[in-house]
Amino acid sequence: MKSCSMDEYDVIVVGAGHAGCEAALASARLGKKTLLLAINLESVAMMPCNPSIGGTGKGHLVREIDALGGEMGINIDKTFIQSKMLNTAKGSAVHSLRAQADKQLYHQEMKKTAENQENLDLKQEEATDIIINEGKVQGVITKTLMEYKCRAVILATGTFLRGRIFIGSTSYDSGPNGLSASIMLADNLKKHGIPLRRFKTGTPARALGSSVDKSKMKEQKGDDTITPFSFMNDNIEKEQVSCWLTYTNEKTHDVIRENLEKSALYGGYIEGIGPRYCPSIEDKVNRFSDKKRHQLFVEPEGTNTDEVYLQGMATSLPKDIQEAFYKTIAGLEKLKIVRPGYAIEYDCIDPQELKMSLENRSIENLFCAGQLNGSSGYEEAAAQGIMAGINAVLKIDGKEPFILDRSEAYIGVLIDDLVTKGTSEPYRIMTSRAEYRLVLRQDNADIRLTEKSYRLGLASQERYERVLRKKEIIEKEERRLEITRIDQETANAFLNKTGGSGVKNSITLSELLKRPEVSYEQLKEIDQERPEMKKHEAEELQVRIKYKGYIEKQLAQIQRFKKTEDRKLDENMNYREIQGIREEAKQKLEALKPLSLGQASRISGVSPADINVIMIWLEKKRREEQRKQ
Amino acid sequence: MKDTIVAVSTAYGEGGIGIVRISGDAAEQILTDIFVPAFDVPGKEGHKTQRQITVGENRKLIYGTVTDPKTGEKIDEALAVFMKGPATYTREDIVEINCHGSVISLRKTLALVLSMGARPAENGEFTKRAFINGRLDLSQAEAVIDIIKAKTDKGFGIAMDQLSGKYSKEISDIRNRIKDILVQIAVNIDYPDEDIEKIMYEDLKKSVSQIGDMIGILIDSANTGRIIKEGLDVVIVGRPNVGKSSLLNALLRESRAIVTEIPGTTRDTIEETISLKGIPVKITDTAGIHYTDDHIERIGIKKSKSASEKADLIIFMLDASQRLTDEDREIMGAIIGKKTIVLINKTDLEKKLETDEIKKTLSSCRLIETSLLSGEGLSEIEEEIEKLVYGGHVKQQNSLLVTNARHETLLKEAARALLDAEKMISNGGALEFIEVDIKRSYDFLGEITGETVSDDIIEEVFSRFCLGK
Repeated sequence: MKSCSMDEYDVIVVGAGHAGCEAALASARLGKKTLLLAINLESVAMMPCNPSIGGTGKGHLVREIDALGGEMGINIDKTFIQSKMLNTAKGSAVHSLRAQADKQLYHQEMKKTAENQENLDLKQEEATDIIINEGKVQGVITKTLMEYKCRAVILATGTFLRGRIFIGSTSYDSGPNGLSASIMLADNLKKHGIPLRRFKTGTPARALGSSVDKSKMKEQKGDDTITPFSFMNDNIEKEQVSCWLTYTNEKTHDVIRENLEKSALYGGYIEGIGPRYCPSIEDKVNRFSDKKRHQLFVEPEGTNTDEVYLQGMATSLPKDIQEAFYKTIAGLEKLKIVRPGYAIEYDCIDPQELKMSLENRSIENLFCAGQLNGSSGYEEAAAQGIMAGINAVLKIDGKEPFILDRSEAYIGVLIDDLVTKGTSEPYRIMTSRAEYRLVLRQDNADIRLTEKSYRLGLASQERYERVLRKKEIIEKEERRLEITRIDQETANAFLNKTGGSGVKNSITLSELLKRPEVSYEQLKEIDQERPEMKKHEAEELQVRIKYKGYIEKQLAQIQRFKKTEDRKLDENMNYREIQGIREEAKQKLEALKPLSLGQASRISGVSPADINVIMIWLEKKRREEQRKQ
Repeated sequence: MKDTIVAVSTAYGEGGIGIVRISGDAAEQILTDIFVPAFDVPGKEGHKTQRQITVGENRKLIYGTVTDPKTGEKIDEALAVFMKGPATYTREDIVEINCHGSVISLRKTLALVLSMGARPAENGEFTKRAFINGRLDLSQAEAVIDIIKAKTDKGFGIAMDQLSGKYSKEISDIRNRIKDILVQIAVNIDYPDEDIEKIMYEDLKKSVSQIGDMIGILIDSANTGRIIKEGLDVVIVGRPNVGKSSLLNALLRESRAIVTEIPGTTRDTIEETISLKGIPVKITDTAGIHYTDDHIERIGIKKSKSASEKADLIIFMLDASQRLTDEDREIMGAIIGKKTIVLINKTDLEKKLETDEIKKTLSSCRLIETSLLSGEGLSEIEEEIEKLVYGGHVKQQNSLLVTNARHETLLKEAARALLDAEKMISNGGALEFIEVDIKRSYDFLGEITGETVSDDIIEEVFSRFCLGK
């Protein structure tokens, strides 16, 4: 059958989940004619798993996406029903924002944004093949045999690619949430020589909130003062809903243990590799048998529905067993399940097949983002999406790729981890993965990234000016605090109240603020001349002053890191001719073609000794060349 | 041809045998070219078998002659062995030719190998290759260099411990303890919602300080380690003719320095290394420090002053038969605060020296009375030196000693980082800042063994804690 030629585009994005939406919006906003394809338009920015955005590390990613001019932060600000800053008992570098979303609303708002975006066409069509000519992407063919020509393709297929759902011993081809899977595309990608592997993930059951006895649970409220995700929003006031905490017990565990073999996972039906950080309840009970109870959060899925999400209880046990074990839990005795929990297996690529720009190494102008790259999570997907969108545009324009390194952003950590180290399980960001987390804070994401994006033409003029203003206000106030002295008497009276030890001389406000027991807010009573500042500006200021010494330590580390990162390696370097590198390392280096010595050192299988040898070799070569001149 | 290196691996000088060692891809070819095996003469029941052994058979010691293939000249009668990599020291193909130990036969063999395309190995290059090819970790490689340079049996023993990885193991044990803490911190920061034990600052402080102590013990051993490896630097000072050279000779038990009755005979400093109870002791006999117009002697005095500044131990000698002179006082003033043994010599003569002033000025020093003429007090000196080397530490046969300056620096950095962490804990600082210093300590220790900073902490988080939605 002959396909029918349709419109031509610059960029076609396959899949309209969190990665696809950010990729398409970025591309369209950078002025490229963009097509966003989805198997079903009801799946645009769908949240098939937990109903929340953010969390530790993830919240940082959302802030960074927002700082770059992405949509996730703005969209969750419009649609959240509860907001909470996590880790407030710790320092602000690891404060992480998380919001419960109204799932339907989140989807609708994102869809509306895509529909209204200039240069962007949103279509319900299943992509079944990509057209490749001489190793370069030419277009996309759909299930209805429409042929769309384009200059770059971004694949963001999520869990749709040869998706298969498992509940107990039953399994069937399916995308998430009962949507149809994308099978033909998987077949064709294989034909094009792209190796695919299987990952799996899982989700708990959804039940009716009215069937839950909340009197037996602990209420989890949102924050009194809401911190918005987007740097474009100063304050948000909104009615919030609560989540509810309860625990499993020995009875629950007995039911699960007795029926372990009936679960898809333990019954041996699943071949895909699941994430360790997101284990199913049967996994938790089995692997951590000494733990007497596990947490369960009941989280509302929206305001227009009674459905609740049973966080912490992902399962692939048969429906009747699910029913049985859930009902042993305090407050869930009369639980009415409306959607069962399931495990889903899907095809994904090895991210080491990608360049740092997320372009495929062997097929030109083919970009990949999101779960397809072996990550997991809405935020991780969106972060790769926006980067793939930007880099597809830069590639078309013949410009250098936009790459953030590990010292600049969590996005840099995420992509470098995936591309350089690879992953053997669905990858989740954590603050512990970032070497420089004191600098990579969620409060300064705009200061770190907005200017870069503005120069690319993505962040708006308004966004850029906001950052400039924020920077100026903070820096000015920082200087003022450094030079304003408080006399000894006033200072000691103040310190007496805060419980700190007294001073022998006058002291600057800045010195006072460095004390662990003093906050910027408290200082107000002895500091009459302070200027008006927004809450997030005051916070940023406080962090800068309080932790100056540590931040400087980290900046020094970054300087050292940049040294090996700046030692660029030629992509066409012949590692074969360097003696002394072990065979395993040679193969890895040849396959991954690291861009810098720093990146090479992070490849697993490349030892510090190998790096030494490369350094010696480079130095030898440099001297030889010098001699020639 | 790929890079193949060669060196004479035994010490130069006349020895029974000398070994020429070749490492690299061309090793086997070179051996085949230059080595003519003898016929395997003795056979069963006296039959001559006339079987020629194949050169290059793996790990077989063969007997034959090193022969120049171009001229046919027989250079030396030798034993040769070919060892196929990677199960060798450098993990490359290795050839060892056991020649006669004469300088001439070794030089000629070496020259022949070089003419076959090998290049001379740089200092320590065999070990460097072993390290680069992944056979040794960094601290092991450093240990090999130490073994080569070890001056006494004890130094050798320590280097062997390090080579066997005992030392690396000790460091990784400490690192594992730090890792435990880092894992707890990681889980506390990244999973605030989870039902896991919160970190108590009191416990944290206790663990951090315990680890700090463990590192401290290693640092303390560094001084002893350095002395055992490099030798204790002892300088003998005193005005002329108090018996400095006699002491040196008594310790050496041979006449090395010139002993005369005329003051100022030792014009330059004399250095000798002796092995004292297994410890190498480098003794410097200085020119007598005294006022002089003699130009040459003044240079000598300058040298003695600078030698005593660098010394681990000073032996300050006085003459028991004379009163304290201004010269004695000047020397005393120069050595205040230094580790010193005061040696009052010539106790066989009539005693005129008052010791009160000495005891007051050099209050913490040990006074020993000797008569070098009769040998009295010598063993006391030796005991005192030994005590000093081991300091307050109990001398244990198996205790690990740090002997490498790079390691010592890194250990100190690691300890300092832990102290910073402790301070932050006491101040109630935020967990992620405490983590920075603990992580730094972890990284410093990793540098000793050359381990990479990998994802081991995150790996551990998932294997130890039950986490997730």
